[in-house]
Amino acid sequence: MPVLSRLRRLSGLTASPEGPRDWFALLALVWLVVVIVAAIGADIFALYEFRATDLRARLQPPVWAGGTWAHPLGTDELGRDLFSRLLIATRVSLIVALIGTLIGAALGVALGFLAAQVKGLVDDAIMMLVDVQAALPYLIIALTVIAFFGNNLLLFVLLVGVYGWERYARLARGLALSAAERDYVVALRGFGAGNLYLYRRHILPNVASVLIVNMTLNFPESILLESSLSFLGLGIQPPLTSLGAMLGHGRKYLFSAWWIAVLPGGIIFLTSLSVSILGDRLRDRLDPTVKGT
Amino acid sequence: MAWFVLGKCLRAVGALWIVLTLTFFALRTSGDPALAMLPPDWPPDAIAAYKERWGLDRPLPEQYATYLLKLARGDFGNSFRNNAVVLDEVMRRVPKTLSMMLAALAVTVTVGVGAGIAAALRRGARLDRILMALSVAFYSVPNFFLGVLLILLFSVYLGLLPTSGSETWSHLVLPALTLGLSGAAVFARVTRAALLDTLRQPYLAAAQARGLSWPRVVSTHAMPNAAIPIVTLTGLTLGGLIGGAVVTEAIFAWPGVGRLLVISVENRDLPMVQAIVVLIAVTMVVSNLVVDMLYAWLDPRIRLGGER
Repeated sequence: MPVLSRLRRLSGLTASPEGPRDWFALLALVWLVVVIVAAIGADIFALYEFRATDLRARLQPPVWAGGTWAHPLGTDELGRDLFSRLLIATRVSLIVALIGTLIGAALGVALGFLAAQVKGLVDDAIMMLVDVQAALPYLIIALTVIAFFGNNLLLFVLLVGVYGWERYARLARGLALSAAERDYVVALRGFGAGNLYLYRRHILPNVASVLIVNMTLNFPESILLESSLSFLGLGIQPPLTSLGAMLGHGRKYLFSAWWIAVLPGGIIFLTSLSVSILGDRLRDRLDPTVKGT
Repeated sequence: MAWFVLGKCLRAVGALWIVLTLTFFALRTSGDPALAMLPPDWPPDAIAAYKERWGLDRPLPEQYATYLLKLARGDFGNSFRNNAVVLDEVMRRVPKTLSMMLAALAVTVTVGVGAGIAAALRRGARLDRILMALSVAFYSVPNFFLGVLLILLFSVYLGLLPTSGSETWSHLVLPALTLGLSGAAVFARVTRAALLDTLRQPYLAAAQARGLSWPRVVSTHAMPNAAIPIVTLTGLTLGGLIGGAVVTEAIFAWPGVGRLLVISVENRDLPMVQAIVVLIAVTMVVSNLVVDMLYAWLDPRIRLGGER
């Protein structure tokens, strides 16, 4: 949506950061490294098996709120160690969002290139789907699909993946249309280069930076979509857990044990904020069209 | 102008028709609806009778035509869960959701535009920096987390506001803040940028030179011109408000359409889900249309430049 990106730019929510924002970028980077290391090494760092219950140690507060070092971040209503659960939940949320972002990018780019290359009816059909997408918030579409087809992990990951495809499609289509008129493409066609070869080896590398920037925009939104659906109880199902699922579950214990909900919520907040901040920096580096506008 | 309006209307109807068709086919490909809603141990002849009763034994094109005709009459069928008339059930809850969304929109517009104007008029001062930092924070915090934090602050810690229910106005405060504040963050930034942009224009200096007071210059000369992006933004906010309402209603046990949607999805109550989706699609399409018109009316360049 060109209007939307114009508003984004106008609003400065994605403006190029200077001065104190550099500190934010550094902090964001540090936080992301911590989160990624935690997700990769979740099994090593975990103090307990993440499903292990200990009914004698239920609703223990974190260390700084009067708890003990046996459970540094406290426990939930079944005595499960929150530190260990948060590690696994972070891993699940990051993996779902990452796979989701990759699926969305691949699908959107493929459809966008297809629309640009074949034109005519296919182009119209794909662009009409983009219109339809604008008629329903994606959360509603995802809920509807879950209602129709039931909930399972594969479908859920696909749903998170399909999210945002239309932005990639519109971008890829526009980029491919303008690239197709460049001299080097015309020359390669003259040498008899096929479509597939041309798109894979020449057009894609040339438009990759813009697409990567869009992925950094899409990634935090994928985390939020996963969290929202899991929060509603319609995403990741027990015994597996995710940050959103932990938050949705902990909401019931706000009066007795705030930490069950606040800790996963804080991780979601800081992680999506960090990716957005770093995405801004990346955009300034990779996408010269944004500079100075 | 007439062509512009007609074109926009046709596209809107087209988008709506596709949504209706997709929900129909999704419903039919997701398995046999008779098997989905009847107990598994029903005898085959009872299932056949049931199919005949609801027209499920007819050829697909005929079912599709009947489906569209029924929708045109506002007949969405009965709930799989409790056999209630779907449309009545949904409509009974619409006022609850609307009141929450309107309250949230009020928060978004008043807080957002107010903060934006304040920041623009104090550009570079401490107030400006604080407001803009707050807007980044509220823009980034997911609404389900914001809701939890607000409950902790106002209900658990201060004990001022109730956490669930919808009986009195005090029940409305936290949901409206949860749903409205992230929008307010965007509004504040857009208003600030648009107003700063307008304040640079020479006609404002001219207005001041004519002897008008500064507040008057801002309110009657600058603000109307800064309003165009704000109007567009209001339209774009609606989709986020609807999605956000589903989550917010879940946090505060608000008995609205969003809550009904989640319950229906959990129970795979397909007619209910279908009706809610159609209702949302109609709302979105109509409001997008209205915003397009409003935009064209505010900005002659769009209306005279043809579509887009």
